[in-house]
Amino acid sequence: MKNSKSTIPVNKESLLKPKERTLAERVMDVFRSWSVVFVGVAGLFVWHFGVIFSGIQNYILPGPLDVFEGLKIQLQDSLFYSHLWVTTQESLAGFFIASVIAMVLGTAVSQIRIVEKAFMPYIAAIQTVPKVALAPLFVIWFGYGISSKIVMASVISFFPILINVIEGLNSADSERVRMLTVFGASKGQIFRKVKFPSALPFIFAGLDIGVIFAILGSVVGEFLGAQRGLGVLLIQTQYNFDIPGMFAVLIVLSLMGLIGHTVIVLLKRKFAFWSMAQ
Amino acid sequence: MKSDSSKNDRSFDLIQGTSSGVPWISIEGLNKVYFSKKSEPTHALSDINFSIKQGEFISIVGPSGCGKTTLLNILAGLLPKTSGSAKIAGQEVLEPLKKVGMVFQAPTLLPWRTIRENIMIPAEVQKLDKESHLQRADELITLVGLNGFENKYPNELSGGMQQRAGICRALVHSPAVLLMDEPFGALDAMTREYMNLELIRIWQESNQTIIFVTHSISEAVFLSDRVIVLSPRPGRIAEILDIEIPRTRDLAIMTSDQAGVYVKRIRKYFNTTSVIE
Repeated sequence: MKNSKSTIPVNKESLLKPKERTLAERVMDVFRSWSVVFVGVAGLFVWHFGVIFSGIQNYILPGPLDVFEGLKIQLQDSLFYSHLWVTTQESLAGFFIASVIAMVLGTAVSQIRIVEKAFMPYIAAIQTVPKVALAPLFVIWFGYGISSKIVMASVISFFPILINVIEGLNSADSERVRMLTVFGASKGQIFRKVKFPSALPFIFAGLDIGVIFAILGSVVGEFLGAQRGLGVLLIQTQYNFDIPGMFAVLIVLSLMGLIGHTVIVLLKRKFAFWSMAQ
Repeated sequence: MKSDSSKNDRSFDLIQGTSSGVPWISIEGLNKVYFSKKSEPTHALSDINFSIKQGEFISIVGPSGCGKTTLLNILAGLLPKTSGSAKIAGQEVLEPLKKVGMVFQAPTLLPWRTIRENIMIPAEVQKLDKESHLQRADELITLVGLNGFENKYPNELSGGMQQRAGICRALVHSPAVLLMDEPFGALDAMTREYMNLELIRIWQESNQTIIFVTHSISEAVFLSDRVIVLSPRPGRIAEILDIEIPRTRDLAIMTSDQAGVYVKRIRKYFNTTSVIE
């Protein structure tokens, strides 16, 4: 049966133009893009009025305005910046040391059979030890200075990075390895051209965790014995019942973590672009 | 006979034919046995003998388990043979030979490289002259019709286009033989037919020797000068057919009686439990 013409007049031009959004739809679009901000502001409101109406004491849970005051006080105190600098140094140093050792050891374990057989059982075992418990030992070995915190940061961030390096290097698609082999590639070339790039998405996932753990390790180390650092500041504000001050330090620590994470994500976007979800 | 190409001053023709009498590819008394700790040894290939002239298009067909992929992998240097001899351009295959190009069922392009960078892989790995091979890569890209996509990444190309890039990659270093392991198996039927025509075109313009493994009997008959039929358990040559359909073949030929005779003859060797086309 032939395609019969409709009795309803069809304007071809208007058919092909995208439909205009109605007012209601446009309001919803704005809502969606700004919803994140709405939730944040709403949260602040709930926090602010919740604290007032519940009558909760300032030294248990201060309201957002008090926390903001506390933050201002800290940021105007020059001592704060020396604490911040110490913790930053410890985290960065610990992270870099952990990353380098994890990359080297991870490569050896995944590429050299005998290293894998000899060391993997021990790595698997040590992974289960709560490394935070080692902090007092490190203070005895390395003192109250910055070194024991750097060791702590390295040890805590090391294992997640190592496991991801190993996992990543072992993840290389066997078809890709076969392809390179057929075209005459040596083992070294296969490593550089396929195995290592294949591992990058995993490695960045490990570094993402590692950067947070490095900050964590520094702060926990500072709790147990230090003269300077945000962990020390946290203990001091606790001792002084300066709860807004504590919150301020926590906010700064969160920001540090956020910055570290963002840097890793940007690096991942540049060097492991093919693994980013659409 | 393949059509005479008068435009013969091609940079593709870098491989000189061997003097008459010496086959380009020769397999003699080839055997492959898989040994296993837990069960009986598997005799995958038994006493395989054939030779191929330069520029020939050969297909290998057979039911599952006949050893056709094993044979290809031995020629590619990926699998060691148990006994016998496999020579390509006079050289015994003991490990991957640099003069071999291979196309796999999955395109296996590296996602972090552009199409051109992927195509350059054999030249890069074998440390061949960059300038001349970049030029060859561009010629191949034009030949397969991927112009405009050289700087794109594999995930931006369709399956058929990726496979075409895989073919360029396998040809960039002017290999003595192109090994193809069911390269169009993952494509839809129409793309597959199109790729068959493209492959013939590439072959006719380049004097390339091709060994093509496939499940599809009709594909083998359409593409090849000769078809080697393997039968399984153990894998051995059942027959080698000369396909005397004149070139240039079009798809309509495939429904002709002449082609049908070949297809029927080959199909005899496939028992009813195999998947056939």
